[in-house]
Amino acid sequence: MLGQWGHMGFLVVVGLSLPAVALVISFLLGLVKIRPKDPNAIKQDTYECGIEAEGSAWVQFHSGYYVFALLFVVFDIETVFLYPWAVALRQEKLFAFVDALLFIAILGVGYVYAWRKRAFEWR
Amino acid sequence: MNVLANWWDLRSLANPVNGLLGWLRDKGWDEIAYIVSGSIGAAAIGLFLGVAMLALIWVERRVIARIQIRRGPNRVGPQGLLQPVADAIKLMQKESLTPRLGDKWVFWLAPLLLFIPTVLTLGVVPFGDGMTVADLNVGVLFIIAVGSVMPLVVFMAGWSSNNKYSLLGAMRTIAMVLSYELPAVISLLSVVVLTGSMQLGEIINFQKDHNTWNVFLLPLPFAIYLIASLAEIGRSPYDIAEAESEIVAGYHTEYSGMKFGLFYAVELANALIIGGLFAVFFFGGWWTYYLDVIIPSWVLFFVKMLLGYWLFVWARGTVPRLRIDQSLKFSWQFLVPMGLLNVVLVAFEVALWYQLDAPGIILAPFAVINWLLTAGLIVGYVRLLKLEHTQTPRRLTLTEDVGIVTHVPAPSAAGYSAAGGSPA
Repeated sequence: MLGQWGHMGFLVVVGLSLPAVALVISFLLGLVKIRPKDPNAIKQDTYECGIEAEGSAWVQFHSGYYVFALLFVVFDIETVFLYPWAVALRQEKLFAFVDALLFIAILGVGYVYAWRKRAFEWR
Repeated sequence: MNVLANWWDLRSLANPVNGLLGWLRDKGWDEIAYIVSGSIGAAAIGLFLGVAMLALIWVERRVIARIQIRRGPNRVGPQGLLQPVADAIKLMQKESLTPRLGDKWVFWLAPLLLFIPTVLTLGVVPFGDGMTVADLNVGVLFIIAVGSVMPLVVFMAGWSSNNKYSLLGAMRTIAMVLSYELPAVISLLSVVVLTGSMQLGEIINFQKDHNTWNVFLLPLPFAIYLIASLAEIGRSPYDIAEAESEIVAGYHTEYSGMKFGLFYAVELANALIIGGLFAVFFFGGWWTYYLDVIIPSWVLFFVKMLLGYWLFVWARGTVPRLRIDQSLKFSWQFLVPMGLLNVVLVAFEVALWYQLDAPGIILAPFAVINWLLTAGLIVGYVRLLKLEHTQTPRRLTLTEDVGIVTHVPAPSAAGYSAAGGSPA
């Protein structure tokens, strides 16, 4: 079992080396002057439809995104709790089914509340 | 996997590898066998991804071109097959700019980390009979967890660019992925409930043992996962994160040269992987109703994978892009409750099946019930919410058009001078 996770470590190396190889080849082409490297202030400026960029992009942001992040945390974690239950269902049978029904009903109450508060609509 | 398989039996490429590993273990070199098995798996996946991405660029451009009644790339090599290679060489030669105001470290780190979630997901996918790098017993959970890392990398790219378009694109990605993660997780929950295992190999074995594909039993999770996975990897019609008509190129606006190429390539690779996951979860993986006795199992899997990918290209070529409010609302108000209802339904069936200790043939009536209930649920839910025809505009008749025109008051010289003053 632990050995399998070790194999995942090999894969992380592959995942890192795939883009690294491409970037290194690109870098080497720059060394032999095939790839141009001639930066100037205008090239390195932030792109904003051709006009000069106004201020930084690191500013306060629309709170609508935050609401969806909160909703996600609540529902996703509760849903992930159902995975062990799904595997154990074959041993516990109808008893486990009624258990999960209660769990999903509680989830449903929160869902209806969020719906009534219009949290699912982009505003 | 058949223990007695000969190493030259290429219906599963695991056989020659196992032959080699067995020989190493006979010599008593267990550690070397472990390293060799890991290296072979990793090298195979790296090679597969590299070749697949080059091939997929060609497939994508040709299919999209055909949909749009063009020819697509057909000059470089036979049928334009070498076009992706030319593209890669071109991208490597291009000047790579870093924005002056951005965060340089994170800007460089994002394309480097880009491939890790993709490659790790491939690690649990069975490419053929026994051809898995690591068939984890929490495979489904692992796929979900690793898939959630992807928006993090996208956000790194968007934030470090210090560009408004990039940041908007990154923010939209987060909102989309968060909203569509939930339907995807719920629809995979249905699969786990039915098959009773989170291990991808076991999910395929269940389908093999019961002579069925999961799609026959779980039509609704299949549809939900199709839509949700499209949104999660940010492909059209859900590509608002890089909507070129609104926010230039989204989170990779500031990337140029090979770094841009990496963003482009990983999108294709992700689509291919989702195609593979489709095959595993809903279409029996490498198992195809006795065809895998004659045809190598990995060929069957690749065919299914490519069919899934082709479905995504088809969607990209034909379906218009959704607005963010439409797509978020659709996920939360339609896909999530549908998915949860389906989980309850499938759980009840499985609990009943094991409570009654019934034979596997009970799955046949379940399939019929599920298809009927799926149709009923969708129609009933749409009726309940009165979703139909809300967006259809009223058709204007010719006389109405003329009437509107005649009622517009013509601007008079007097009105113009009274309202305005001098234009200069």
